[in-house]
Amino acid sequence: MTTSAPAPRQEYEVTLEPLLSVPLERELPLGQRLWQQGWLRKSLILILLALAWEAVARYQGNDLLLPSFLQTAAALYDGLLSGELPAKVGVSLVVLLKGYLLGIVLAFGLTSLAVSTQIGRDLLSSLTSMFNPLPAIALLPLALLWFGLGDNSLIFVLVHSVLWALALNTYAGFMGVSETLRMAGRNYGLRGLRLVVHILIPAALPSILSGLKIGWAFAWRTLIAAELVFGATSGKGGLGWYIFQNRNELYTDKVFAGLAVVILIGLLVESLVFNTLERVTVRRWGMQR
Amino acid sequence: MTARLPGHTASNLSPVSAPALLQVDNLSLEYRTAQRVVRATHQVSFEVDKADRFVLLGPSGCGKSTLLKAVAGFIEPREGAIRLQGQPVHGPGPDRIVVFQEFDQLPPWKTVRQNVMFPLLASGTLKRAEAEQRALHYLDKVGLAAFADAYPHTLSGGMKARVAIARALAMQPKILLMDEPFAALDALTRRKMQEELLLLWEEVRFTLLFVTHSIEEALVVGNRILLLSPHPGRVRAEIHSHQYDLHSLGAADFQASARRIHRLLFDDDAAAEQDAALDFTDIRIAY
Repeated sequence: MTTSAPAPRQEYEVTLEPLLSVPLERELPLGQRLWQQGWLRKSLILILLALAWEAVARYQGNDLLLPSFLQTAAALYDGLLSGELPAKVGVSLVVLLKGYLLGIVLAFGLTSLAVSTQIGRDLLSSLTSMFNPLPAIALLPLALLWFGLGDNSLIFVLVHSVLWALALNTYAGFMGVSETLRMAGRNYGLRGLRLVVHILIPAALPSILSGLKIGWAFAWRTLIAAELVFGATSGKGGLGWYIFQNRNELYTDKVFAGLAVVILIGLLVESLVFNTLERVTVRRWGMQR
Repeated sequence: MTARLPGHTASNLSPVSAPALLQVDNLSLEYRTAQRVVRATHQVSFEVDKADRFVLLGPSGCGKSTLLKAVAGFIEPREGAIRLQGQPVHGPGPDRIVVFQEFDQLPPWKTVRQNVMFPLLASGTLKRAEAEQRALHYLDKVGLAAFADAYPHTLSGGMKARVAIARALAMQPKILLMDEPFAALDALTRRKMQEELLLLWEEVRFTLLFVTHSIEEALVVGNRILLLSPHPGRVRAEIHSHQYDLHSLGAADFQASARRIHRLLFDDDAAAEQDAALDFTDIRIAY
């Protein structure tokens, strides 16, 4: 019945020699290191998609409905070479940037008002809940009436599409700034606009950046849609107008080339502008992975 | 009563009857929830002298952190007054720097060096070159000179606490306010930080107001301890602990003091009889 007491364990101490026999760190194999490169993985996805497109188009065998990847690439090459596409892109981008920047300025004004006063907060929340669900394109007829056929009416709808999304994100970011960080800032005598600039904006940068991204996408879409639906509102006509015109003339490969340019610009801005911004700010600061 | 410890810098206090550096007089604080107003502290009075390491000790809910925030100027008193060098305290200011418990008190977008320079520049105390010099001086003091260009997210918890302390010391505030600065650290790091804080104090002789809920930490870090009762916070006693440091941990008199504090905080009058027999020279009980 009685269990014998376990034999007492011996105490011991080990004197440690420097560990030299095993390398303390080693490199990963080349394949794994390459796989860590985001652009390489994304390029692979794009190549696979292009291959699938080419295969489906060849199986379909109808150029009018679905031109193949190679035909689209050829049309794109021709368009770029002839200078027609770059000109259209230029027209679109200039209008887009004007609207985008104006939207950013207004959004920051509105959010700064919202963090400093109760009435500003109410104004922001009422305005965003009213106007955020309203498609910007639905305002275009009205804008044409007010501002006439020209850049101004396009800029108006672009501002509308950027402003609310960005203001909402920025405000949410400001609200998410930790109380400790705010108190630390106030402790050093920062108040009002200086607190916003030195503490709130950098601390809310992840949200602000995501707002800028959403705003950019909204603006881009709105612009193309506006040009598609209402044609050359600005007289010269941009990328949307190019797509619309070519569809009318049944140059489907050019339509696809125009769409590809829209996509390419989106990818470029995302990977060059926003990724770079994120890398030198929020990711470097450890605020975002 | 209170033996005044020598200050480290030439003080500009008048030589005749120097008033306390910080006077908290009948301070009642309240905070607001959505439904009600809660009284956090009720008529708390204490005085902190220059180069004191004054500890506010009490169980959670005794309003000690609220008290510290009021001294920092984040909360307006309901009644009573807070005076720093005779001047009433209104709103936060760079003459009272707070070291918080949370690690996110360091802006993550600034390197360690920029973090320490930040209050110096934000408050307009120093020009950039001088601020940089002073930042490096205090980073060296806390042993982080090698990490001046690192971002906070790459540091361990103890290192972040050190940066926060260096940042506070670099401002050379009239009083340094610490709100459970080591509570989020592991036990070994906490012990090390307490030791370093005491060494820094030996060197710089700053005035410290320190909030903690650990009796042991209070005895080690402080030279005077104010005990607060919970719900709402009222002064229960003031105890002297200047004779203890990290080497007194486990010693008989240290244990006796810890037990006395425990008794004062938790079982009100049960042991009052025995108390009389104990050494009363360094304890004042307030009613």
